Amino acid sequence: MLTILFDGIAYGMLLFVLASGLAVTLGLMNFVNLAHGAFAMAGGYITVILVNRLGLPFFASLPIAFLASALIGFVFERTLYVHVYRKSHLDQVLFTIGLVFMSVATVDYFLGSSQVFVQVPDTLQGQFSVSGVGIGRYRLLIIIVCGLLTIALQFVFANTRFGSRLRAAVDDSRVARGLGINVNRIFAVTFAFGSGLAGLGGALGAEILGLDPTFPLKFMIYFLIVVTVGGTSSITGPFFASLLLGISDVAGKYYVPTLGAFVIYTIMIIILIWRPQGLFSRASSR
Amino acid sequence: MTTPARLTIVAATEWLSERARWHPLEFLFWIAAFAAIYLMPSRHLILTEIAWLGLFALSLDLILGYAGIISLGHAAFFGLGAYTAALLAKHEIINEPAAALLIAGVAAMALGFLTSFLVLRGSDLTRLMVTLGVALVLRELANRNGWLTGGADGLQGVTIKPLLGTFRFDMFGHTGYIYCLTVLFILFLLARRMVNSPFGLSLLSVKDNPLRASAIGISVDARLVAVYTVAAGYAGIAGALLAQTTAFASLEVFSFDRSADLLLVLIIGGAGYLYGGLIGAIVFKIMQDYLSALTPQYWPFWIGLVLVVIVLVGRDRITSWTAPIRLFAERLNWRALKRRPAASITEEHLS
Amino acid sequence: MLSRYTIGAIVTLAIGAVAVGGASAQDTMKVGLIVSMTGQQASTGKQIKAAVDLYMKEHGDTVAGKKVQVILRDSASVPDNTKRLAQELIVNDKVSVIAGFEITPAALVVAPLATEAKVVELVMAAGTSIITEKSPYIVRTSFTVPQSCVIIADWASKNNIKKVVSIVSDYAPGFDAEKSFGERFKAAGGEVAEAIRVPLANPDFAPFLQRAADAKPDAIFIFVPSGQGGTFMKQFTERGLDKAGIKLIGPGDVTDDDLLPGMGDAAIGTVTAHFYSADHNSPMNKAYVAAFQKANNFRPAFMSVGGYDGMHLIYEALKKTGGKTDGDSLIAAMKGMKWESPRGPISIDPETRDIVQNIYIRKVDKKDGQLYNVEFATFEAVKDPVKEASKK
Repeated sequence: MLTILFDGIAYGMLLFVLASGLAVTLGLMNFVNLAHGAFAMAGGYITVILVNRLGLPFFASLPIAFLASALIGFVFERTLYVHVYRKSHLDQVLFTIGLVFMSVATVDYFLGSSQVFVQVPDTLQGQFSVSGVGIGRYRLLIIIVCGLLTIALQFVFANTRFGSRLRAAVDDSRVARGLGINVNRIFAVTFAFGSGLAGLGGALGAEILGLDPTFPLKFMIYFLIVVTVGGTSSITGPFFASLLLGISDVAGKYYVPTLGAFVIYTIMIIILIWRPQGLFSRASSR
Repeated sequence: MTTPARLTIVAATEWLSERARWHPLEFLFWIAAFAAIYLMPSRHLILTEIAWLGLFALSLDLILGYAGIISLGHAAFFGLGAYTAALLAKHEIINEPAAALLIAGVAAMALGFLTSFLVLRGSDLTRLMVTLGVALVLRELANRNGWLTGGADGLQGVTIKPLLGTFRFDMFGHTGYIYCLTVLFILFLLARRMVNSPFGLSLLSVKDNPLRASAIGISVDARLVAVYTVAAGYAGIAGALLAQTTAFASLEVFSFDRSADLLLVLIIGGAGYLYGGLIGAIVFKIMQDYLSALTPQYWPFWIGLVLVVIVLVGRDRITSWTAPIRLFAERLNWRALKRRPAASITEEHLS
Repeated sequence: MLSRYTIGAIVTLAIGAVAVGGASAQDTMKVGLIVSMTGQQASTGKQIKAAVDLYMKEHGDTVAGKKVQVILRDSASVPDNTKRLAQELIVNDKVSVIAGFEITPAALVVAPLATEAKVVELVMAAGTSIITEKSPYIVRTSFTVPQSCVIIADWASKNNIKKVVSIVSDYAPGFDAEKSFGERFKAAGGEVAEAIRVPLANPDFAPFLQRAADAKPDAIFIFVPSGQGGTFMKQFTERGLDKAGIKLIGPGDVTDDDLLPGMGDAAIGTVTAHFYSADHNSPMNKAYVAAFQKANNFRPAFMSVGGYDGMHLIYEALKKTGGKTDGDSLIAAMKGMKWESPRGPISIDPETRDIVQNIYIRKVDKKDGQLYNVEFATFEAVKDPVKEASKK
């Protein structure tokens, strides 16, 4: 039973790393980036190529996946996304879905439609027992990495100047601009960082979630759920939302397999009816 | 002679009627659509799809374009309508497709009414997710209850009896197209009537600024519930059309892809003027069909590219390219010549 | 926002500009191939297309005086798409055969169409038993899931496996697998401790595997659609179930050649029963695998032979009818045909129009540095057991 809890936490934290970038960009610029999953997919495939084809060690390729996705995010943001900020939400939806289609087809063309696997080092395979509870090694790695990332993110968010500028800009960008905060630059940096995180999440998640060209479409719903339930004005919101979703999904499938996916959606609807702004956000000025 | 109050009423009525006038291009559109029955018999299959997709997009336009409710789960009503019609036909409860269509619409309206309270509060994002959640829950329900719905394999063994007792649904799609187009036209007329009525105008004010609207006494919640219910009914009928013309219903009718594609269709055509959904359906379906025949494997790339280009180029620029045609059509609008007297009454009253 | 009426005008003109398809020549026989080239089942579609292309490259495109033309359409795994595409192919392009069908609902939804239009429906991928019963014009060159499941059940009961937990995906082939394996295994004295069903889309096997492991079986019987085998295998080893002494058995979908190379050494030792392995030791198969890998960058998998043999069936039937392409003649010619395929000897059962083939028991092993399903036992001329049982 504790194994299920452990699995749920791992799954939840993975979702968090994947979705955190989306939460911040949505809260910050009110920009609906449905192509977020494409950056995750990029990170995953880059890791696959590095580890499987070029023989790099797994741990070394994780940071590279992060940097590469961040770079791709930065480039896309400066060249394509800037033109779309002023447009309506609907146009943003159209634009980002178009990007998703293009990325899916591109990956399909170059790397095939089948699922790909990362050759994970043997030290991460299998599980070991701690007082009767089976701990999967790979999932333990996920929890450790994601836990460290969360702590780092929360630190940056709450305790640094950049973080406070970011929070100010999320709260009310007009006033923030009025105070002299360069919101556009903050956004460019945050977007790149968020894409990098997505890429890292994709690299880590390839083992657990399965990586194929339709990845962005399959998992977009989960990211959106995390962001909506968690609210977009903090890091802790999406964090707890991801944990909640991860645990309830895994536990639901174990204890009541006949209900399966029901559980997440129903929980989400209930939470959103009860608190439409998300579980952890203050009612913002928007 | 005429009191100031009476003048206002006259002017207002004139203005409303003016707004609801049929533009020459509208005539052209519908004439072409009906002419396609005779002129393009080999394309009836895809035209049938365009017809019910257009109706589906029209239903989304009612809530998105006129009430500002953004929904990623409109497929919930579509799917419910589809399964209702398919089940009625399969178990031979109702043998007349047109009657089954109405019942499917009513079922979808009921669901729309029940779930309408979910979209009353919350931001755009909340509504997106809640509506999506409803659609996915329905999908799961359909999946779980395979004894009723056929589960992941779809509902098998559905036979649709001839329409009105005489018109068999043939392989070529002739009956299908005429049926779908007629239903679309009737429902379109109703929708047009609705949005050009005072009710429709109040919806626009709610969309613009709910707080202000409620301040002048417009009941926001009641209106949202009403339009959401009607839109759900329209979506249900579109779903029933799908089920009846293909004699099949599967879990795909509830999928996220369907709702997302629908949103794309409507955004391509433009929300808020009723024709957006129809035009979007035509453009999207034809483009998709053409591209997937051209490159069966990589067509999503080209569609994605078209979407990106549309947004980057911008609607305003696209609209300006079509200005000459619009101006030409205006010239045909002879009624505009008669409009002058009404304008002068309003001006007199204001001064 | 686009101005309402202007776009109306443009589009009306566009409607008028949509061209009608060209007329077909008398000497061409058209085959409509509707498979999933995008979406979840895209890898299956790719395999089938590659095999069809290979066959036509090897054998040319002229048979019995007719030129064979394959028209490819993407169904995106949506059954109503398949139906509309099939209708258009029949009505506009006048095809004589509709082939493909990677998922069961696609094959079922086209069945009434095949009957009405008297067009051969050639199932190259789907594996549910009842498909061929839905229309007298349906013929299958792929497989039926129960064929492999009963064989593995026999093998398991003879090899010290007494208690099994069965895990299948929640759709028709999955139910077929669960039922055919369960009945055969129980009839031989085995025990099916639990029968778990996993959602078809986006499965996370972890909770289900945990449940299965808690029941402490000798083996887990697994059936998932081709494409999910890899994820399953990963999570199986991640939970350490292989180390816990639980064997993995099932039909060969879980060790699909398409994904096997990437599964890692943890898959070694898995025993499955199936009709095709890329490692099959026959000269014809060796040539097939070599040519296939040369033309594409991936190995042929069991889905591909359905396409390869399907084309062969069409060609041979056309030769037999002397060029007649109407549905009745083709079906009559197809019934009872026997030939050597890369998978081994196969034939089309004249009574059921379903495929009769050898089923092999194989074990995953490493050969030349790559993982293969190595065959070590053969069961000859296996007919679909579900239809066989219903005859008695």
